[in-house]
Amino acid sequence: MRAMPSRILIALTALAVPVSLHMALVVAPTEEKMGVVQRIFYYHVPSAFMAFLGVGLCAIMSALYLWRRERRFDIMAHAAAELGVLFCTIVLVTGPIWARPVWGVWWTGEVRLTSTLILWLIYVGYLLLRENAENREQAARWGAVVAIVGALDMPIIYKSVEWWRGLHPKVLKISGGGGLDPSMERALLVCTITFLLLFATLFLERVRVALLEDEVEALEHAIGRRPAVAAPASGPGGTRS
Amino acid sequence: MSYLGIVALVAAKDLRTELRSREQALSLMVFALLVLVVFNFAFDFTILDFGSLGPGILWVAFIFSGVLALNHAFRIEREQDRIEGILLAPIDRSAFYLGKVLSTVIFMGTVEAVLVPLSAILFNQSITPRLGLMVLALVLNTIGFAAVGTLFAAITTQTRRSEVLLPLLLFPAAVPIALAAVRATSHILAGRPFARYANWIYMSAAYDLVFIAAAVLLFDYALQE
Repeated sequence: MRAMPSRILIALTALAVPVSLHMALVVAPTEEKMGVVQRIFYYHVPSAFMAFLGVGLCAIMSALYLWRRERRFDIMAHAAAELGVLFCTIVLVTGPIWARPVWGVWWTGEVRLTSTLILWLIYVGYLLLRENAENREQAARWGAVVAIVGALDMPIIYKSVEWWRGLHPKVLKISGGGGLDPSMERALLVCTITFLLLFATLFLERVRVALLEDEVEALEHAIGRRPAVAAPASGPGGTRS
Repeated sequence: MSYLGIVALVAAKDLRTELRSREQALSLMVFALLVLVVFNFAFDFTILDFGSLGPGILWVAFIFSGVLALNHAFRIEREQDRIEGILLAPIDRSAFYLGKVLSTVIFMGTVEAVLVPLSAILFNQSITPRLGLMVLALVLNTIGFAAVGTLFAAITTQTRRSEVLLPLLLFPAAVPIALAAVRATSHILAGRPFARYANWIYMSAAYDLVFIAAAVLLFDYALQE
């Protein structure tokens, strides 16, 4: 059974999603120069925030895991990384859809685009590495190392791409110079809150699933359906397959 | 034994193994040369300017052969579980890490020392002026690549798919090194004043420091059994 707070959160998210759609598609005015396509911005930008939230959370939980060695920190790090990759993917898909009609190209070497792509690659690598570990403890340790290196690397990557491009034009100033219209700002705020709720819901559900998996494994182990999981068949000095 | 003594000992062991078997350096060199030759065909350098493409081509060759070197770096230890001996030895594991970085830098440096003059011939370039700065850029960026690469290789060599996983993790993480190396090298080749590319040199140095420090702290977690 789900705990009550978790149910409330799911309900809130379910309410917020249609509201945010209404704000982004109906309430917010159509942008003068870019037209309707600019509305993708209300989902694009919050996704970018959530991608950074996921990656940042992953790095913090990874550091906590290496320090305290508690499984819950690793579960949270893993869930945060998965969500980071998910939202980063949304950013990378919605970005070109917007860029094509507005800039006339799907993709440019602009600094934010390039560093977002590199961020995505690092965390896809993180997830693939975890898949290739032999056990949970190994996956947790390796993942933590990669997540911390990735987090340290991000500012350097951003700076290096920025220098590489030389003085980069401020092409991403969304509303063409001036600030956002207040109603646009409101729509962006509502969408950001919606995405935060969505992030929180997915995060908690992912953690819950991981804990249930642990429980199932422990039960299977208890009734002898599974060979001892943690038995270090090798010990230090034995063989690894 | 002192900390630095252990570092030197680990590196010396790798170099001695290499000198006896000679399996690594030669194949790395031929591979890197092959990359250059492929690019020599892919781009017509009678039309294109080597100054703009050359540094990129050179660093692609170094990075590719560097990944091959790194994939090999822990294989000797993994085979027949020799790594257990090192893990049991009463030494600081970060010293083992630094020794591995040192031997990787030496392997990659050997390739670079041959490839750079060779590419100068292949692409009709003069590299003799500013040789000191060229060496500085090569060394700083090779250290950075090897620092992160050795940490990741220690992890990926424990999996069955290290050949794919290592570049998958390392290439995105080494983006600053690739960019800094290419930019610094092209400025040096063009004979521009140091001030024009000093920021790239400093970035490489900063990258080296940050990731050697991070890896010294994290390496233990990469190996722990």
